[in-house]
Amino acid sequence: MFAGLTFRHGVHPPEHKELTAGIPIRRMPFPEEIVLPLSQHAGKPARPLVAPGDRVERGDLLAAFDGWISSPVHASAAGTVTAVDLAPHPDGSFSPAIHIAVERWSAQTPRERLVPEWEDLSPEEIVEAVRHAGVVGLGGAAFPTHVKLARPPDAEIDVVILNGCECEPYLTTDHRTMVEYPDRVWSGLRIMMRCLGVARALVGIERNKPDAIAALEERRPRDLDVSILPLTVKYPQGAEKMLIKAVLGREVPVGKLPLHCGVVVQNVASVATIAEVFETGLPLIERIMTVTGKGVRSPGNLIVPVGTRIRDVLDACGGLTEGAREIVLGGPMMGAAQPNLDAPVLKGTTGIVALTADEVRRRASHPCIRCGSCLDACPVFLDPQLLGRLAKAQRWDEMDGQHLGVCMLCGCCSYVCPSNIPLSQMFGMAKKALRSQRSTA
Amino acid sequence: MDDAVSLSTYLVPTLILGGVGLTFGLLIAVAHRFLKVWEDPRIVEVAEMLPGSNCGACGFAGCRAFAEGLVAEESQPAGCTQLSADDMEDVASFLGVAAGEAVQRVARLLCAGDASVAPQQAEYLGLATCAAAAAVAGGGKGCSWGCLGLADCEVSCDYDAIHMDPLGLPHVTPEKCTACNDCVEACPKDLFVIMPVDQKLIVQCRSALEGDLAEAICSVACTACGKCALDAAPGVIAMRGGLAVVDYDRNDLAGTEAIERCPTGAIAWVEGTQFTTPREPAGSAAG
Repeated sequence: MFAGLTFRHGVHPPEHKELTAGIPIRRMPFPEEIVLPLSQHAGKPARPLVAPGDRVERGDLLAAFDGWISSPVHASAAGTVTAVDLAPHPDGSFSPAIHIAVERWSAQTPRERLVPEWEDLSPEEIVEAVRHAGVVGLGGAAFPTHVKLARPPDAEIDVVILNGCECEPYLTTDHRTMVEYPDRVWSGLRIMMRCLGVARALVGIERNKPDAIAALEERRPRDLDVSILPLTVKYPQGAEKMLIKAVLGREVPVGKLPLHCGVVVQNVASVATIAEVFETGLPLIERIMTVTGKGVRSPGNLIVPVGTRIRDVLDACGGLTEGAREIVLGGPMMGAAQPNLDAPVLKGTTGIVALTADEVRRRASHPCIRCGSCLDACPVFLDPQLLGRLAKAQRWDEMDGQHLGVCMLCGCCSYVCPSNIPLSQMFGMAKKALRSQRSTA
Repeated sequence: MDDAVSLSTYLVPTLILGGVGLTFGLLIAVAHRFLKVWEDPRIVEVAEMLPGSNCGACGFAGCRAFAEGLVAEESQPAGCTQLSADDMEDVASFLGVAAGEAVQRVARLLCAGDASVAPQQAEYLGLATCAAAAAVAGGGKGCSWGCLGLADCEVSCDYDAIHMDPLGLPHVTPEKCTACNDCVEACPKDLFVIMPVDQKLIVQCRSALEGDLAEAICSVACTACGKCALDAAPGVIAMRGGLAVVDYDRNDLAGTEAIERCPTGAIAWVEGTQFTTPREPAGSAAG
């Protein structure tokens, strides 16, 4: 039986995308205050350049990158810097952030074109421009994009894969981006292919987004060697390594990057953002995110200034319903519950999901019955049942020996476990313990 | 019968085996004579006088290693935090050394934010350990530095010295604490420190927030107002990173005057047990 392109194992959680899949992207009004943490990306935090009292225009540079794997922070609205201080961060800590009191009456016109046109630039200059525009991966991990655009001298890359899977339930950010901004996706891809010197590209999109496939196909540039591959719907297809397996059949070796098998994967929203910064001349100061769930009055897809408090974004969607109980940033499979609605949304925030009491009910966890469901679900072929036992005994080193490093915390094992064992959470802890063990050793 | 049992049937194997045994026995005797490693017989005896729990508080890799250290006079009996005064004297007189002076050290918690003063801002429903909760957006407590109250320290303590109070703060019994460091390693928020008991001036807070921001999330937080630093003898307290920091090199200058004007009670003068004075029962907060 031919089941279409996909990877082995994985799960099929209810999608819940119908809440927002058909709703056009709209812009939310500027909030009164914006909080921009210096650490919104993977890598070193940015260095602040402004002081309280400074007046900034929309798009102004507020904090510079600190090293190669780092990213600058720009003002997402015109206003006055009120403080450079500790503020709640979505990761649960208080971390240094720049506070801006927004001038809501302002026309929000930026000073000048901050990003040059790309057509005349060399690949190195494009990478540098993207770096200065503060573009990071919008799929959630917020890895600085310029690092992925820079062509590594010793690697042979033969194909670029665009990730339009959006396999997380609820989220429709990438979906709407593909439907509404197909030209940006293609233009971003063109820029990326020029930078990497790659002639061939593939776009992986799950079959549950036929309108996105149609929109992209209609605007597909005929001069590029690019094909759109509809994929069988399955979670976690949007994980880099799963996607490579699905569209190319190549397997990324353990501990290696996709580069190792000649591939660079980029999320469609990130690619559209690369095109957007060159098109508008503005750095990455706003992003599209899905605000959804039964706990939100009017779910939708919003263009949100980076640094807007979660509370303000929810208000822009009619606020929370009576039954709202849990707020998750990102999708429900890999996203993190948010204790503090005063925390801001970041460049990497793909969505806000408000779940109701009946969806988050606590279920008691029982002993493992060795049913093997988790083995059949794990997309990276680990043995979660063995790892779970080791985690319970805090035998971190042995977990490392069982390739815990390959686990991406996708949550498939927890999802299928009939005993409700929070396997994924236990593995997250184990990874953390191993990291701190290594940093002290 | 031609396979009659002759004497040699027994004699030959006996001689072979006996010869082999004798040869190896001689080898062992020679090895014992020339390759001998002399060990001070006192080590075994001292090790038997030690508690044998291998807690590690002495800084050695267990009781046996500590016994070796004692015999080699690299350490003093007082280095063991678990020996009673009598036992210590026994060890000292057995070895003919001074018992030594050691100030008792105990684990101190740098947080006084129990459930009545530092509320949760969200309910955490996951795996009920501090380490797991801390990994989910900090654990849901309003103060991201504060004690999560899920008792990882109580579980880690092998000496029954830590117990959670009803408001979710661990209490350390100084008499039972061996200063072994297990709770220090167990706490994901790094709230435990091992301190000599004569260091009595303790800032029971790790929050880097200042002023109203700090007080908004915990009513016993250090607001970095600096009053304690002004009142204490010069150089005893410095303000750093949103906290009052006691310089224990000047511990002999520290006194209770430093805590008198603290608006939140974040800095405390601790005699014996921490958190002995029962805080105002917060009515509905408990339970």
